Amino acid sequence: MMSEITREDMHIPKIGIVREIIQETPDVKTFRINAPDGSPLFDHMPGQCAMISVPGVGEGMFSIPSSPTNREYMEFSIKMCGCLTSWLHSMEPGQMVTVRGPLGNHFPVENEFIGKDILVIGGGIGIAPVRSVVKYMLDHRQDYGRIDVVYGARSKEDLVYYEEMSKEWPKVPNTYVHLTIDREQEGWDGPVGFVPNYVKELNFPTDKTVIMCGPPIMIKFTLAGLMELGFQKEQVYTTMELRMKCGIGKCGRCNIGSKYVCKDGPVFRFDELDELPNEY
Amino acid sequence: MLKFTSDQMSTLFSAISAMKTLYVPVEKGGEVTFGVWSETEKVRLDALKTVKSAKDLFFPQAETMMGFKMEGKNIEIQVPEEKMDEFVVFGVRACDAKSFEVLDNVFLAEPVDTYYALRRKSGIVICAACTRPEESCFCNVFGIDATAPAGDIVTWTVDGTLYWEAKTEKGEAFTAQLSEYLAEATAEEEAAVAAQNEAVKAIIAKLPYANLKVDGFTGDRMMEYFNSPKWAELYQACLGCGTCTFVCPTCQCYDIRDYDTGHGIQRYRCWDSCMYSEFTKMAGGQPRLTQLERFRQRFMHKLLYYPMNNNGLFSCVGCGRCVNKCPISMNIAKVIKALGDE
Repeated sequence: MMSEITREDMHIPKIGIVREIIQETPDVKTFRINAPDGSPLFDHMPGQCAMISVPGVGEGMFSIPSSPTNREYMEFSIKMCGCLTSWLHSMEPGQMVTVRGPLGNHFPVENEFIGKDILVIGGGIGIAPVRSVVKYMLDHRQDYGRIDVVYGARSKEDLVYYEEMSKEWPKVPNTYVHLTIDREQEGWDGPVGFVPNYVKELNFPTDKTVIMCGPPIMIKFTLAGLMELGFQKEQVYTTMELRMKCGIGKCGRCNIGSKYVCKDGPVFRFDELDELPNEY
Repeated sequence: MLKFTSDQMSTLFSAISAMKTLYVPVEKGGEVTFGVWSETEKVRLDALKTVKSAKDLFFPQAETMMGFKMEGKNIEIQVPEEKMDEFVVFGVRACDAKSFEVLDNVFLAEPVDTYYALRRKSGIVICAACTRPEESCFCNVFGIDATAPAGDIVTWTVDGTLYWEAKTEKGEAFTAQLSEYLAEATAEEEAAVAAQNEAVKAIIAKLPYANLKVDGFTGDRMMEYFNSPKWAELYQACLGCGTCTFVCPTCQCYDIRDYDTGHGIQRYRCWDSCMYSEFTKMAGGQPRLTQLERFRQRFMHKLLYYPMNNNGLFSCVGCGRCVNKCPISMNIAKVIKALGDE
């Protein structure tokens, strides 16, 4: 006697075709990917992630920086920092990868964020996961209040999505972009300094909902700065990253206390993180 | 209750094995583990604790998940079969049987792990009630009755006779296929089984770990336990060898890796261990820097994190394998005692 099942399993990926590759910074490229027939790979919400793999090289979890409103392709902005990401950076348009998703929870763009003034804070490649939220909100502009984006990187060249952020977003009504770089450089007449200090200088009213992603050190000091300004942890959302294999809460490695980042996250509020062990 | 009418277990095994692949505890190289039955195998039904638990049959130590055919720019995904031959595992103890419930909560939760699901659907679990518990046993601490395991079929051996009771539909259907070897047990025989069960439970109640207290491990105290200064003492001798995780019937962590066969890529998964530093290591950092964090993770998961996500069910079944196998004699029983309220 044989038993049977239907092999619908989230471990099994789909084929994606890299249609276009955009060099964002010296070490970040954006990959535009869709299915072989040109359709979207799957639906997602801002903040959700996907596992991208080059079979034989590896598989890794990446945030989806494009908006769900984009039905042409899904974007992934990937910094070269390991084996898989180096391989991806050597790819050319037309090549295949495997993709599985959507994985994890998402930012509450359909409920908690509605009608709120939103402050988005990003540092380095940490802008990638929050860009999806910004793009989504800009596509549903009337649903949200004022939008401020504060973004910092090491240098002008390291600002991911620089063209879009400096030219397109500020044209949208009631939308403001504040860019900063770590050190003075030629050809930059904007603000200079680290994100935490810049956020404090900007002295935002405390009725905003904050979305923040960046290196741990930036998060730590920016959060402290926000607290000083009078923000509450309940107002501040972030998105986490830990090592992952399955992406569906089974392989056991991405937990923070009783929560799995891949399944219960990656989006958490800081008051939720406060109740968990600080193992991240 | 039924009873097996021959005193030769090989009669039963050969009848089962004529229908389905049969796994029983067999001795190989001085160790007892579940293996395919044949006339020539050295069957060890007396062995209480197989080295690897019966988990291996449903969540194997290594398995191929899919293949990739790589040709030029093209990738073709090869998905494994959706069918599997039914199999029987005989001699599963109450602790291991309970571990299937622990694993089911992980692998059968949405989205379902079809690799595990297919094996669960294909496997018929025949349990063996314990008759001679060992000093390292403490299943009772987790509310498990060693004389009433949760399988498709449960068997009890009293004075050399095998008694048999189907507990699930699957178990009943399979029992019907073996009807020529089974007969109704008499009321006296049933009473003898019950008497033996009571005697076994009395022994268990007196075992060294029988009185461990786990009621204090409740989700509202997660941070209190996490921050306990006792971890700093407990972890120190831990070698990070991962033996406890490999012999554990409820440890379910796995790694996924690719292997180039020369004719394509095989993506396989294999057991992994939270005791290893590479388990959580990323290009960007390491959230569990020392063995203290890794050691704490394992026990916090079994006693708090898992129960918090699964209605209070502990992810330890008290089988005692880690008690027997840890090279530095650390184990969950000692951790429970050290962290306990008394």
